[in-house]
Amino acid sequence: MRPDIKTRVFTLIVILTQVLGNFALSWGLKHEAEGLSSSPLTFLRAIFTPYVLLGISLLIVWLLSRMTLLSWADLSYVLPVTSIGYVLNSVIGVYFFDEKISPARWLGTFLIVAGIVLVGTTCPRTTPGQMAEKA
Amino acid sequence: MIQWLLVGVIVISTVMGDLLQTIEMKRIGEVNDFRLGRIGALLAELARRRFLIAAVFFMAISFFAFMKLLSVADLSFAVPASAATVVVETVLAKLLLKEQVDVRRWAGAGLVACGVVLLAL
Repeated sequence: MRPDIKTRVFTLIVILTQVLGNFALSWGLKHEAEGLSSSPLTFLRAIFTPYVLLGISLLIVWLLSRMTLLSWADLSYVLPVTSIGYVLNSVIGVYFFDEKISPARWLGTFLIVAGIVLVGTTCPRTTPGQMAEKA
Repeated sequence: MIQWLLVGVIVISTVMGDLLQTIEMKRIGEVNDFRLGRIGALLAELARRRFLIAAVFFMAISFFAFMKLLSVADLSFAVPASAATVVVETVLAKLLLKEQVDVRRWAGAGLVACGVVLLAL
């Protein structure tokens, strides 16, 4: 069964906000924040730098859109289908952080995509309808 | 060593956060109305749900452990290493949430998990 348009749109939002959020966070931590010590004050200082703040904002949107998706879709559907984010994060790591890509990583990317295609052919929802009466 | 300890904390807290979120969102029911006023009301509703508050607490633990992990390891180590959750959560989705995990979902989750491990190499 093909997922409906709402499932597709929210899946896309979940993927994009997670990947961009992680990227902004990682970029901010590497370029704006000095190495994090265990002191809470350093943590707070790191949070209030532009890229880290952008990353956190995107991850809040990620959280809310994922909760919305989970209001109708199975967890065992959402998890694999949104895991293309791991591949995109890896690609970003290569281009922006000079991380190396090995044959094993290419194989990993292929397996993840194959897994997503498989799960994508299942019905997004297999549990009964809502247990409460209102949204 | 510290990396793997952080990965352990991330996996456990992520699994707890996801399970609680899924349970509570299914109780709330399918969100269909995306008008601005309704979104506000929904956010207020979400903020009152105990399981969601607990879920956010677990996600906060996971998030700070993840931030700490990013500061001591590459992004490409940090993200895949925290993804053992895919398999653990698929098992728990079947056992606790009673989702119908058919052979395609098991295979898909398995492939994704293997792929994620390979990404970390």
